[in-house]
Amino acid sequence: MDAIISQLPTGLAIGAVLLLAALGLNFTFGQMGVINMAHGELIMTGAYTAYVLHAWIGLNPAYSLLIALPVAFTITGTLGWLLELSIIRHFYARPLDTLLLTFGIGMILQQAARDTFGAPNVDVPAPAWLTGGLTLTDGIRIHYSRLFILALTIACVIAIAHYLNRSRQGRQMRAVIHNRDLAAITGINTRKVDATTFFIGSGLAGIAGVALTLIGPTGPTLGTNYIVDAFLVVVVGGLGQLRGTVLAAFTLGILNATVEAWADASLAKLIVFATIVAFLQARPQGLFTVKTRALT
Amino acid sequence: MACSRPSTWTKTLTAALALTLAATACGTAEPAGVDTDTVTVGMLHSLSGTMAISEVTVRDAVQLAIDEINADGGVLGRQIEPVLEDGASDEATFAERAQKLLQSDNAVAVFGGWTSASRKAMLPVFERNNGLLFYPVQYEGLEASDNIVYTGATTNQQIIPALDYLREQGHTSLYLVGSDYVFPRTANQIITAYADHHDMEITAQEYTPLGHTEYSTITNDIARTEPDAVFNTLNGDSNVSFFQQLRSAGVEAQDVPVLSVSVAEEEVEGIGADNIAGHLTAWNYYQSVDNDANTGFVEAFTDTYGADRVTSDPMQSAYNGVYLWKAAVEAADSFEVEDVRAALDGIGIDAPEGPITVDGDTQHVAKTARIGQVNDEGLIDEIWTSPEPIVPDPYLQGYDWADNLTG
Repeated sequence: MDAIISQLPTGLAIGAVLLLAALGLNFTFGQMGVINMAHGELIMTGAYTAYVLHAWIGLNPAYSLLIALPVAFTITGTLGWLLELSIIRHFYARPLDTLLLTFGIGMILQQAARDTFGAPNVDVPAPAWLTGGLTLTDGIRIHYSRLFILALTIACVIAIAHYLNRSRQGRQMRAVIHNRDLAAITGINTRKVDATTFFIGSGLAGIAGVALTLIGPTGPTLGTNYIVDAFLVVVVGGLGQLRGTVLAAFTLGILNATVEAWADASLAKLIVFATIVAFLQARPQGLFTVKTRALT
Repeated sequence: MACSRPSTWTKTLTAALALTLAATACGTAEPAGVDTDTVTVGMLHSLSGTMAISEVTVRDAVQLAIDEINADGGVLGRQIEPVLEDGASDEATFAERAQKLLQSDNAVAVFGGWTSASRKAMLPVFERNNGLLFYPVQYEGLEASDNIVYTGATTNQQIIPALDYLREQGHTSLYLVGSDYVFPRTANQIITAYADHHDMEITAQEYTPLGHTEYSTITNDIARTEPDAVFNTLNGDSNVSFFQQLRSAGVEAQDVPVLSVSVAEEEVEGIGADNIAGHLTAWNYYQSVDNDANTGFVEAFTDTYGADRVTSDPMQSAYNGVYLWKAAVEAADSFEVEDVRAALDGIGIDAPEGPITVDGDTQHVAKTARIGQVNDEGLIDEIWTSPEPIVPDPYLQGYDWADNLTG
């Protein structure tokens, strides 16, 4: 119990990273059923946006990160929207083909990044106000960069919840997920909703990318570090379930941190994976499911 | 009719045999990859996948050496023609491409490899085909193949000098953190055996999967337990996360220095000089090494690839490999692998890292060990240097305490 309490801040911090990486996937994979293997590369695009703003355009690191957030959202969102418009929409009925397709898109994006920015990692300096950390008690220290990610994640979740529940477009999105045909009959332009969903999902990947430059490497293969975890979170949470994704991310984060306190990181990862497999055996649909009256 | 058939067969067979013999006779004069004015060598590095980040830089260094030698008249009057293959960060691909380079391209020497896994996969291919591989990266030792020339450091030229240095500085408790694969695990075995023998304490031994990015628990643990030093055998991207998060955890280089064995100039750029300044590295070469050969090397490299590029230990070792091969070929006056290998013993060159000599028994290279400290500009300053080049000892036979190590 002590271990859980002392590792709680670390667990929350890890959970926030997982959640941020998974939020966008919750839209593209969770809501639309596209097994989007290129999600990691959209995260990478966001990270490189932060790099470009700082290193090429020369913004001061003190605030370039804050500017990078909306810029990255727009750029990766547009990129995702274009991909949906040009390629992915032709594959909606063929989930396994979209897997291969998006995997290929991911590789192309990776190589494009390598050709543009070079194979080595690039340095995205953290703003001075995010270095260092807060000592809670002896041995428990939470880094400012982690607090920032936690705050950013919470802000994103609130914004998404508000969008889905309060806005007209968000409600249309939910209607399409519940029953596409019925939604279409009531006059919702489902094509437009699909494109919007992809835009938001990809844009969130961009925001994750910017935030992840604070705690990890910025290189062409950045996305591959997070893609598996992101899928796990969405699957465990239940497809298309925001509250499921949130709960799953923090549970996995805390579980990871707690196990890591007494085993090493390799073993912790193994134990977490085994737990997930066992959980999905018992509950393949994840924590929450969409209740729908559709016949499918 | 029926009886004439065997005689036709015999004729054809004789003709074929004669042709084969003639072909073999040509072969004894020069191996198949050698023409009157060119000689084929292979370059086998990961140009795609997770290792591309490091291996592309090594490929550049090999290419530079080949271009320089060609501009200078080639080897034995022949221009070097490199065949470039992509190992794709995958051991099986390395083995398959190596086979292709040796069998269909007839490469008389191959420059390639980075991870130990790729080397282990290529080793049987080179032994079976009697090829010659120049492997450029420091590694975990406990290996010596006749068909591989190891131009990077083995453990007694990097890890043991690093431990000697830490001990000299009065650091008696070490925290070990490494990626979970063969090199860090073997290195940590050696470190633990060394520590036992020298009354040093190992406070923890942590492994994380390759590509791991969550170091909160480990960095908090380091901040809390305050070991004298951290010995870091993390590889690749993980170093970026580790150093960023270590800094956030409030661990300062002057209190708990981290000594890394897989972080060179190239990696420092990605980590960010701010995050790693003041920490230590153990290598045999730094861009800042001060001698004429290195000045020339750095100048040629930045002229070719751009002023923002840095040179690192594995790049330099790969560059040396080409020149060692050239020297051995010229000493043997032959491109034949057997002859080149026989000539390699005692071959020395004035490398950017200083004078190096091939030890014929192990086909490793005697080289100088150097401890460096990362400065604010992201370059590494030399702060300690072994008095002379250290003779390679891949099986650590010269160290009593290393008797019980397993590979």
